Amino acid sequence: MAEGVKPRVKVPKSVSAGETITIKTLISHQMESGQRKDSDGNVIPRSIINRFVVDFNGENVIDVTLEPAISTNPYFEFEATVPEAGEFHFTWYDDDGSVYETVQEVAVN
Amino acid sequence: MKKAYAPGLGTATALAAVLALTGPALGDPDDDALVINGETEIITEAPAPEHMEYIDTIYSGWRFRTDETQALELDDFDNPAMLAVDAAIDMFGTVEGAAGESCASCHDDPESFAGLAAHMPKVDEDGKLVVMEDLINECRTDRMQADEWKWNSLDMQSMVALIGLQSRGMPVDVAIDGPAAPYWEQGKEMYYTRYGKLELSCANCHEDNWGNMIRADHLSQGQITGFPVYRLKQATLISRHNRFKGCIRDTQAETFKEGSDEFRALELYVASRGNGLSVETPAVRQ
Repeated sequence: MAEGVKPRVKVPKSVSAGETITIKTLISHQMESGQRKDSDGNVIPRSIINRFVVDFNGENVIDVTLEPAISTNPYFEFEATVPEAGEFHFTWYDDDGSVYETVQEVAVN
Repeated sequence: MKKAYAPGLGTATALAAVLALTGPALGDPDDDALVINGETEIITEAPAPEHMEYIDTIYSGWRFRTDETQALELDDFDNPAMLAVDAAIDMFGTVEGAAGESCASCHDDPESFAGLAAHMPKVDEDGKLVVMEDLINECRTDRMQADEWKWNSLDMQSMVALIGLQSRGMPVDVAIDGPAAPYWEQGKEMYYTRYGKLELSCANCHEDNWGNMIRADHLSQGQITGFPVYRLKQATLISRHNRFKGCIRDTQAETFKEGSDEFRALELYVASRGNGLSVETPAVRQ
């Protein structure tokens, strides 16, 4: 079980309809690659976030497969066009089966 | 006060002064302004405090860094040190030790420390010079009856960063007179003492040659207003004493230990050279 996992997202609170916004996300996670050994020579089992998905009002925005070479605390920054008011749904999938979720509302002015 | 100057370095400084007159030289700090999260203005340039004889204007180390490194400090979301600060907020409310207390049992909220970091280090009631790490460990051992944190541990430096953050933007104002005076003199003595096989003092780089390149590194004035800093090279929070140790080690000297009385005195002196700049904790450096 990965410890100290905490998702963070930064989305503007309100936008104009049709505006393209920048979204930043970061999840604190050890991202143990599975290729290292401990001091006794035993392989430290792989424990990474393997998939990251963002949906907006049920429509997919990005869907990312993460591999073991990705560093600790994976950070994603991307752009999205917001056609209407709604909710961004962020989901991270852990190797151990845990799913971390966070939701961010966006208002249209 | 004994001060040693090398004629060679004097010439280099004179040359740098001539270059500075002919327009913005390569080595000057840049003109960028630091506003964090679009709201907290940081003073990165100020008139030098009166006790400094050889520098007219003091600059935050931020002004000497590349645009890419500077950008990491503009938004707390991009500042990697904030992960440690978040962890410290959790620790603040966590009960540890035999007394069954947490930081929050006495101090309610980290915000109650607003302003403290701007006046550290200081002399306590017993006449002893104390730095932030001392205050934290005193609380841990005396009040919480928990184990001391090691000086450079991530737990310790995260907590120092969290408390420092509450004073971010406030001008540093460290007392150097009264009971602090003998410690300050000791720190000043160290600042101008040449250490190691390379016979370099703090002043040789950070006073005589700030703005110049030391191989690939752009020399700053050695301000500690941003400490503990997230240092990209080590990818973690770095304490003031760790940085002092690194500098003295690089002169090929036998160095002092983190948490030694020598480094406490040096911390007081170096902090007083930043009187007038903003607390910038937790900063990001190369």
